[in-house]
Parts: sequence; structure tokens; C-alpha cells
Amino acid sequence: MNIVEILRFAIRGLTANKLRSGLTTLGITIGVGAVIMLVAVGSGASAAVEQSIAGLGTNVLTVAPLRGPGQTTGRPLTVEDAKALVDPLGAPDVKAASPVVTTSVTAVYGPASHEIPQFAGTYPEYFETTNSPVATGTGFTDEDVRAARKVVVLGATAAESLFGTADPVGQQVLVDSIQFTVIGVLAPKGTSGLQNADDSAVAPLTAVQNSVTGYGSLSQIAVQAVSADAISAAQAEVTAILNARHRITNASQSDFRILNPSQLLAARTETTQTFTVLLAAVAAISLLVGGIGVTNIMLVTVTERIREIGIRKAIGATRAAILGQFLAEATLLSLFGGLLGVAVGVIGSQFQVAGIDPVVVPSSILLAFAVSALIGLFFGSYPASRAASLRPIQALRHE
Amino acid sequence: MPNPVIEVTGLHKTYGSGDTRVHALRGVDLTVQPGDYLAIMGASGSGKSTLLNLIGCLDVPTEGRYRLDGIDVAELNERQLSLLRNRKIGFIFQSYNLVPRTSALSNVELPLVYAGLGRRERRQRALAALDLVGLSDRAGHQPSQLSGGQQQRVAVARALVNAPALVLADEPTGNLDSESTAEVLAVFDRLNALGRTIVVITHEDDVARHAERVVRVSDGRIVADTAASQVWAVR
Repeated sequence: MNIVEILRFAIRGLTANKLRSGLTTLGITIGVGAVIMLVAVGSGASAAVEQSIAGLGTNVLTVAPLRGPGQTTGRPLTVEDAKALVDPLGAPDVKAASPVVTTSVTAVYGPASHEIPQFAGTYPEYFETTNSPVATGTGFTDEDVRAARKVVVLGATAAESLFGTADPVGQQVLVDSIQFTVIGVLAPKGTSGLQNADDSAVAPLTAVQNSVTGYGSLSQIAVQAVSADAISAAQAEVTAILNARHRITNASQSDFRILNPSQLLAARTETTQTFTVLLAAVAAISLLVGGIGVTNIMLVTVTERIREIGIRKAIGATRAAILGQFLAEATLLSLFGGLLGVAVGVIGSQFQVAGIDPVVVPSSILLAFAVSALIGLFFGSYPASRAASLRPIQALRHE
Repeated sequence: MPNPVIEVTGLHKTYGSGDTRVHALRGVDLTVQPGDYLAIMGASGSGKSTLLNLIGCLDVPTEGRYRLDGIDVAELNERQLSLLRNRKIGFIFQSYNLVPRTSALSNVELPLVYAGLGRRERRQRALAALDLVGLSDRAGHQPSQLSGGQQQRVAVARALVNAPALVLADEPTGNLDSESTAEVLAVFDRLNALGRTIVVITHEDDVARHAERVVRVSDGRIVADTAASQVWAVR
């Protein structure tokens, strides 16, 4: 009695009742498919979050003034603070630091009017630091900053609401009644969290201070570290320099705060992982239900075929041969269901689900498939051992 | 002198317990020599089927000793009993008991599969066995496509394909018409002529008449054990 014969008997047993075998297989197919698809959706969601955070620049620190209770006397951030951060000796891990003032403005072009919530005045390094490449036209230069030229680079959303499909480059827009020349449009970044990163505009710091905000304190300083790995070192250097400049001796009394995107990323990733685990748990339950379906059908099959088992025993089938046959039937059912489920899960993951592009995780395929095979063995073992332990004479007498 | 094929002493079998306790066998002694053709006769409920099941190792006795071909079956475990049924015994049942939805050839091959034979030898021996019962042209038919007599002949082919020391038949012609009965009995006669030991349960004189020896069972005991020539001579 070898494996081939056991499999032959099992296949014959399964094909004897195709509808029932098919429906049992369906239970496992749905379970395995659900595990693969839902894990893919979960990892797709976390990939989307990671991407949107990476869009902010993974090697960027944002320094903002802290205006909490007890800190009202804190010194504002100044352009000098930003310049002091670019120091090859004191801060070797800082590549660039751009002072930023932001305000919300109303931009007007002809009859079109648009509220831009994020109108930033800054230095040219800002484009590289915040990972915002210019798609059409050009960015502004240090020369523009020195001369306080009223030029502006619009975000994709702002450009579209003002100009529609027309080319904005070279056109004049009124920003809070001050005339600016559009010299470029940023590449679209997509929404990250609450605010639309594309509904923005970037102009030289001096021009914005001149015409819109006045020469007050900075809204933030965007600091670029030399690499993503150096970001923690850069954060320490920035903290030390600013503490010294603001004469702060106790670190808990800092009048500024530093936002580190890798911390943000870690927090968000943790959230999406929880989400993925939850989805996988739901899918695992459906796989379990499918497994119970296998047990159920195998119990029915064994009961139906008690006589056949008796015949086989009477002509010399050993316990092991009967056990093997029914275990093989259960395992084939769930393995076949598992294979179909992998196909369904992988095909289903090619489509967008609830706005998320699922990312198939190879290990989830392996796991779901292995679990489906084990389900056959585990959930099939009870019915199979019941079949194998039948006394031949009892089985033969069964009507 | 070779071992007797069957050597039964003091065999008891009871079913159930307490008030529902049933004594199916109350002390049976029986010896069957190789080449014997034995008919066991008795009214229904006399215990003859129980005796056959015990002889066929399908059931275990409550009390008593049973040696099959010199082997004490009480000392065998379940796996060894399976092997014994496979190698030494061929079973024929009243209701044929072919595996459904399985061709005649595959049914006959089944004992050889469990014996672990290779595919080619299995096919060869199964076809030879089908040929012996005159059904080699029905090898591919499923049981549902065969008549009762044909099904029983497939069962006979299955019982003898492993060249067993002992062929046991439990009312093999009970469900058959007279023509099919004659066919099956003719096969038995041929097997016996080839030296096979055959034990047949029946309550038909016509069937018992083919045997060389007739054992009568009543109320769980053997009440008569005579050579066939004497049994039929008296009448």
C-alpha cells in the first residue's frame, strides 16, 4: 500500500461526489483567499502611509516654535537661528536649513479666486529639503531671495483651481492684492493625513515677508539631514545649537519642538500593523470555519461509507490504510481549496479595494497555503480515525 | 500431516450484557482440513453467521481458541489480523459487497493493492481471476452495470485473487436466481477441485449438496457433522 494507491483511492472517493467536494473546497478557498487578500489590503494601506510620509522627506526635521503655557516668553525662531544650524563643525549631520514663514492667502487670477492655506516663504533649498520637485517651469534662486522678487511656485491643486488646464507659468496672480509672477508648478504629492500638500504655494522668504507677513518670527525651520540615517544625530545637533542660542539650560524648558518624520512613520506604521493583524484575524476565522466544514463533510462521508470501510477491512485493509485514505481525502480537499484560494487572493489583490492598492505579501501566501494543508490533516484526522477504528463486522452490518 | 486450516475449540460468543445478553455460540469445536468443502447449515439465529465471522477474523470470540492455518489468532494484533484476512482468507457475502462506483477489475485488484503488489502484477492476476469466473469481458463495468450473478462472480474473483488458504462464503447464492446460483456453485466446484478449502453457509439443500461435508448448527452448538455422501444417502 503505497502513497500513489492511497491518493488514487482518495481521488476516487472525492470525485464520487463532486458537488459536495466542490462546496467543501469553496470553504477553504474563501478562507485562504480572504487571508491573502486582507493581508494584502492591510500591507497596501501601510505602504500608502509610508509613501505619504516619505513624501514629506525622510531626512527632514521640522523645527517649530513652542507656544505652550509657561512658554509665552520663549524666543521666536529667527532667520539667524536657521543660518546658525548650517555649521559644518557644530552640526556635521545638517545639510541645509530653510527658514519658513507660512500663512494663508487668497490668490486671484482673472475671475478665479482661490484660498491657499499654505503659502510658504522660504529659501531655494526648501524644494530639495521637503522633497517637492518643480514639475513645470523653475524654482526660484538665492538671487530672487536677495532681491525679494515677487515670484511664486504653485502647488498642483492651487494651480489647477486658478488656471484650470491653462499653463500658469509666466502669468501674474494677485496674492492678497500683491502681484506675483508664477514661475513654476510643483509635482503633485497627494494628500497626507488631514491637509492637502498640493494646495500650497512657495515664494522667496523676503518677498513674502515684504508683502504679506511682515518681518516677524518664523513659522518653522525645515532642516535637511545629510542622510536618513543621520537624522537622529542631526536632531541632537539642532537641539544643542538652538538651546545654546536661546540660552536654555534645562532641556525640558525648550521653547521649540522638533518633528521627526521617522517617529511619525513609526507611530503610523504601528497603527496600520494593528489594522493588518485585525484583518488577518477575521480572515483566519473564515479559514477555521472552512476547516470545520472539512471535518463535517468528512464525518458525513465516513458515515455514508461505513459499509465500504467494512468491505475494505474484510479483504485486508489495515488501520493505517483506511486512516491514510480518509486523511488523504481531507488533505486533498483542503490543499485544492488552498491552491484555488491562493489564485483567488492573488487575482483579487490586483484590484483596488476601498481606495487602497493591495500589496501581496509572499509570506502570507505560504502561510495560508501551509495552514490549509494542515487544516486537512488536523480537521480530517478525527473522521479518519473514526473510520479506521471501526470493527470490520460492525461496519459490514451497518445499513 | 499438514496443519488443519481451521481448528476451533470451545468457541463461545456473547453479544451485549445484562438482560439483553445473547449467547450466539455456546461452545463450538470444529476442524477443517485443507481441501475440504464444508457446508454449514442451520436456521436463522442458530449462530452460523457468527461462527463464519469468527472463522474469518472479522470478529473476536468471547471464549475459546481458534487456530487458522496453525496460527493462534488470539495472539495477533489488529494489523496482523488485517494481514491475515488479506493473505489467508477470501470472503464472499450474500449481498456481494463490491465497492461501489469502482470497476470490476479494480474491485478484484483491491486485495492485491492492500497486499502491496505492483500495478502490472495486480492487473495480470485480477484479469486471471475474472477469467476464472468467466467475466473477463466485463472487467471495465461498474457493479451497478452488472447483474446480481455477475456481481457475485466478481466478488468470488476478488475472494480468490490472493490465492487464500480459505474461501468463506456467507449465503453466497441467497440473492441469486437458479441460473446464477448454478454459475457460482460451478465456480466453487472448480476451486475445490483445484484444492482450495471452502466453507459455505447456506440453508439451501441444493447448495449444501455440492459440499463434501455438512455441519448443522442449532442454538449456538454443532448438532451434526457428517460427510455429504451420508447426509444425502439417508434421504
